[in-house]
Amino acid sequence: MDFYQVFQQYTWDEIRESIYQKTPQDVIRALQKSGKRDLEDFKALISPAATGFLEEMAQLSHRLTQKRFGKTIQMYVPLYLSNECQNICTYCGFSFDNKIRRKTLTEEEILQEVAVLKHMGYEHVLLVTGEANQTVGVPYLQKVIRLIKPYFSQISIEIQPLDQDEYEILVAEGVHAVLVYQETYHEEDYKKHHPKGKKSNFQYRIQTPDRLGKAGIHKMGLGVLIGLEDWRVDCFFTALHLRYLEKRYWQSTYSISFPRLRPFSGGLEPKVEMSDKELVQLICAYRIFDEEVELSISTRENEIFRDNIIKLGITSMSAGSKTNPGGYVVEPESLEQFEISDERSPQAIASVIQAQGYEAVWKNWDRLLQ
Amino acid sequence: MSLQIADKTFQSRLFTGTGKFSSASLMEESILASGSELVTVALKRVSLTEKEDDILSYLQHDCINLLPNTSGVRNAKEAIFAAQVAREALETNWLKLEIHPDPKYLMPDPIETLKAAEELVKLGFVVLPYIHADPVLCKRLEEVGVAAVMPLGSPIGSNKGLKTIDFLEIIIEQSRVPVVVDAGIGAPSDAAKAMELGADAVLVNTAIAVSENPVQMGLAFKYAVEAGRMAYEAKLAPMQQQAVSSSPLTTFLN
Repeated sequence: MDFYQVFQQYTWDEIRESIYQKTPQDVIRALQKSGKRDLEDFKALISPAATGFLEEMAQLSHRLTQKRFGKTIQMYVPLYLSNECQNICTYCGFSFDNKIRRKTLTEEEILQEVAVLKHMGYEHVLLVTGEANQTVGVPYLQKVIRLIKPYFSQISIEIQPLDQDEYEILVAEGVHAVLVYQETYHEEDYKKHHPKGKKSNFQYRIQTPDRLGKAGIHKMGLGVLIGLEDWRVDCFFTALHLRYLEKRYWQSTYSISFPRLRPFSGGLEPKVEMSDKELVQLICAYRIFDEEVELSISTRENEIFRDNIIKLGITSMSAGSKTNPGGYVVEPESLEQFEISDERSPQAIASVIQAQGYEAVWKNWDRLLQ
Repeated sequence: MSLQIADKTFQSRLFTGTGKFSSASLMEESILASGSELVTVALKRVSLTEKEDDILSYLQHDCINLLPNTSGVRNAKEAIFAAQVAREALETNWLKLEIHPDPKYLMPDPIETLKAAEELVKLGFVVLPYIHADPVLCKRLEEVGVAAVMPLGSPIGSNKGLKTIDFLEIIIEQSRVPVVVDAGIGAPSDAAKAMELGADAVLVNTAIAVSENPVQMGLAFKYAVEAGRMAYEAKLAPMQQQAVSSSPLTTFLN
């Protein structure tokens, strides 16, 4: 049985109703529990009933995160390789129907970009592409990984979903982590947001973490794009997915991201707004639900929010990011995936982290361990 | 009072870790306060290329011996490779062997650990394996030549104390190599308890690093370990389960 079959045992509307029916008593029970919190507890923690318990949730999340991860924040940076994409996605700057010139970095250009990232101090890098199998397929990625491996301690990728044997190839090349966001678990609306291209196959995408687990990946990243649908329901399914995966692929580490929809040229406005308060509630709920999962925050969020979130449960941060291929030096004006919100340098962010009583960790892996 | 492991003699029976501190300088200060002479460092945290501003530069004190660990590896093969890299990078043949294929609870794999330990001893390493509190595994590791065993008190990072106490007692009773209780020690009282049981040393990280005042906590652990060891050497008075009976049953024999 794969996750798609598990998923089919649930209906969106029933889950939604049961989340919204949670009471303050359910929240208190979840908070006071001494052992592992279950999915019902998670529903209570993300429910509207929990909004009155935000400070208690934050305190608990803070303590649990420090116990597991210490007073540290892992630093990582995205490296966009290409904005070519055959998919139409209503919310993404790289969408096929967005008629803007496309760019895929050459090896020489990649090394120029890498030099900038190394100067910033980065050891952990996240490679990002659109889905264009002719130009940025597995052979291209293999080449890129071989090219940049000497410069980084840890390489993660955020690319189109692949088959198990393709993941096995990339793992053998030295990929440590793969991030594949479901975008939304609302199967019907998923098809509205992804009308064309391989990405329109909901089932193949939702089964991706299963393929990754079977390929023996060290770490996989889950998440939904917040703003497409009711975030509470989408995040319940993320938690369900996480727990399913942890039981089956027990040798992998997991991370969760919670990107809120950001503006881009010609793009969609969020259907459902999520407030800062609600994002804090979600981060704390994930932490209380799962003490070991890594929680990541990108430069989509603004300065004040990022400064204050450091202590609340997150474990990794990016900084100084560009979301366009060549954005660091080669072609700063190329098409970006979304506008970033926090433009401060990695060193400035490291100082902020330090001021909060935490250490910015640049290296926590070694390519020799791969 | 001193402890001998392989070629080294330690005055302090408190071993410490280097993770989770809010800064490298605070880590340094806390370790110095704790008096620890053996400090474990994850190979994955060490910069093998650039030496400046590296975690190691904060540990360059005559009193501190480095104990590289293999955190992050998932099997014996990876562990052996990492050990060789560590030996070269950190210039020591001492090794904390930790193989946890389970990244959630970081539970050590007993089968892979035994395999790797046997090989690493042959390669000339001083091997200190991190393991479950499994008395039979400890004997098997002893037979392949490890320098000490490091059974866990409770899940790593949990601060739950000596949940495995019954098995630790058996290990301490049976072991012919030093026993270092590693993982789960959450408070100085846990460390003192382990030492009272007869553990040769304890390894503490999270409880110091995540405390509000790591330097003071380092010192508190130093005292607790010393007190526990002194109590062990002084021999604890036997614990009485009940008061001595006032109506003896055998007076008729007199």
